[in-house]
Amino acid sequence: MALLEIRNLSARVAGKEILKGVDLTVNAGEVHAIMGPNGSGKSTLANVLAGRPNYEVTGGTVTYDGKDLLAMKPELRAREGVFLAFQYPVEIPGVGNAYFLKSALNAIRRHRGQPELDAVEFMDVVNDRVKLLELDEAFLGRSLNDGFSGGEKKRNEIFQMAVLEPRLAVLDETDSGLDIDALRVVANGVNAMRGPERAIVVVTHYQRILNYITPDFVHVLANGRIAKSGGEELAHELEKRGYAWVEAEAAAR
Amino acid sequence: MSQQKAIQDLTAQEYKAGFTTDIEEEFAPKGLSEDIVRFISKKKEEPDWLLEWRLKAYRAWLAMQEPKWANITYGPIDYQAIHYYAAPKNAPKSLAEVDPAILAMYDKLGIPLREREALLGVAVDAVLDSVSVGTTFKEKLAELGIIFGSFSEAVHEHPDLVRKWLGTVVPYNDNYFAALNSAVFSDGSFAYVPPGIRCPMELSTYFRINAAATGQFERTLIIADSGAHVSYNEGCTAPVRDENQLHAAVVELIALEDGEVKYSTIQNWYPGDKQGRGGIYNFVTKRGKCLGARSKISWTQVETGSAITWKYPSCILQGDDSVGEFYSVAVTANRQQADTGTKMIHIGKNTRSVIVSKGISSGFGQNTYRGQVKILKGAANARNYSQCDSLLVGDKCGAHTFPYIEVSEPSAQLEHEATTSKIGDDQLFYCQQRGVTPEDATNMIVNGFCKKVFLNLPMEFAVEAQRLIQVSLSLEGTVG
Repeated sequence: MALLEIRNLSARVAGKEILKGVDLTVNAGEVHAIMGPNGSGKSTLANVLAGRPNYEVTGGTVTYDGKDLLAMKPELRAREGVFLAFQYPVEIPGVGNAYFLKSALNAIRRHRGQPELDAVEFMDVVNDRVKLLELDEAFLGRSLNDGFSGGEKKRNEIFQMAVLEPRLAVLDETDSGLDIDALRVVANGVNAMRGPERAIVVVTHYQRILNYITPDFVHVLANGRIAKSGGEELAHELEKRGYAWVEAEAAAR
Repeated sequence: MSQQKAIQDLTAQEYKAGFTTDIEEEFAPKGLSEDIVRFISKKKEEPDWLLEWRLKAYRAWLAMQEPKWANITYGPIDYQAIHYYAAPKNAPKSLAEVDPAILAMYDKLGIPLREREALLGVAVDAVLDSVSVGTTFKEKLAELGIIFGSFSEAVHEHPDLVRKWLGTVVPYNDNYFAALNSAVFSDGSFAYVPPGIRCPMELSTYFRINAAATGQFERTLIIADSGAHVSYNEGCTAPVRDENQLHAAVVELIALEDGEVKYSTIQNWYPGDKQGRGGIYNFVTKRGKCLGARSKISWTQVETGSAITWKYPSCILQGDDSVGEFYSVAVTANRQQADTGTKMIHIGKNTRSVIVSKGISSGFGQNTYRGQVKILKGAANARNYSQCDSLLVGDKCGAHTFPYIEVSEPSAQLEHEATTSKIGDDQLFYCQQRGVTPEDATNMIVNGFCKKVFLNLPMEFAVEAQRLIQVSLSLEGTVG
């Protein structure tokens, strides 16, 4: 059974139809890249999977681990192992980074029937991941994303992913706005998370991040549908030729 | 307990202290007149000077107008429809004689009066309606020369101290509500800490309005003599009633040379229901005077209750190098209105003051910060730091800030910071995406917002404050 089955999914944002029948199957252990021009619906797809309010599903189904994902509240999806690395992580002043993450981890652990971690156990879990993402420890004591640089915010997203250990991670344009060093750090973090139990969906506009994270499958989203799918080589072809030819092909069908 | 269950419990919680207790009470007839003032004074077997003081206050009050400048709206108060005195019958002589029904009531509120049950290190004076019903740890404190007990008792046992300091910080004619209080105040707490003594335990007073159609007018006077140090906590509750009840207290603090008074309040008077019916009108005058050099007065308040709050705990910084502090969290939910803040009056040289005000509005709540920093000529090198932050939950509430600054001393330095933020849907969704419910996320954000103030509360009070804020915001249903 596939971990994630998206069938003929359509969705609306602010009254505008963005997704128009997306089909996608993702198995545990795979890394998928979803590419496409601006406005093609990449981020909408990521947000619909996470259950963002005001992203209205108008048709189709999403089955996650055999369950109806669309019927779950966002926090339940998270506890079931769906993680979204936000394109624009939100700042929450006054709430400590570590405190927040511990609350999140314990909410997920409770859901799984595991005992909650105390502060000491939590720090054990966190310390490895701090090194992995090359973060300063002081980072944990700061308010959540408050005053973080763009690069720090993105690293924090991947750091949270590394601590929460989701089964399905959706990275929404995590590479945008990163310089080359930060991109390498983020990619290392993601690669360390690859494993047979976990699926990763990398949503990106550019092929660049895929030099560091080698996808098993590449899909092109155009005009609200998956217009073309292929292997790693498709990403390189898109880098050379742009998206217009895929859109033209799709329109011709 | 599962998360789901916890949230259900939390959201189902209403005003928990809203029960009434059936005890026999003795009332003064409704209404206010010189006779009532004399009645109260006589009931309390007061000396003539105090009766005269009350009558002066009453006459001053008659000539005054109810203030209308605050950013609050409420119907007219009928001062003749209120009982100005209500007391449990058979007033107890000692804790052992306290009516078991009263003890049970305070137990229910989580305030054990009996010393053996009392929280370690907290001495409690409990005031029910108009009279004090018992003070714990009294003897232990007396060994150090610390006087702590009801105001009425102090009038009899320490008349010189009371007479010396009463009205020196808040004069009988200070304002409309203070004048009313001065005329009819019934009881309250009195504390005096002698020179050089650090009070070894937190002093607490627990105020409760039980009787219907009754006003509570307590008066508290706390004096830290030279080099003395005292930390005092005040908590308040009242039963759920459909009519509005008036609470007009006066608190006076005095710190002599190197003396320090720390005053913490958790105000949880009944706030009224969701439609804004009932609730306490909380019109309170609190002021401290740093009389001696290097003295310090610190106010910390967490205001979650009352239909209307009108309250400005202030500091007069008269002694050189004296310090005033004001830390406040005010929550207005449903239809609550609060107009609260502080005044820092700098008179002495090198005086310093800090104001940290956090206002949280939700539902249809209206929250106003009103503060004044006044630096008089001669207060060389005076400094003030003010921070006024507002947090909005939902889009039907309001936050307002009125800072007044008057500086007559060129060497003074002032800093003022203010922010307004809103718990946004984006923040809640972000938390949800990490597995945290919107309710927990809201609590997390609110606690983060209030942290700087909670840090100044004694431990048990901080825990209580967090819980109260959680409850008052969860009544809403604005979240999720």
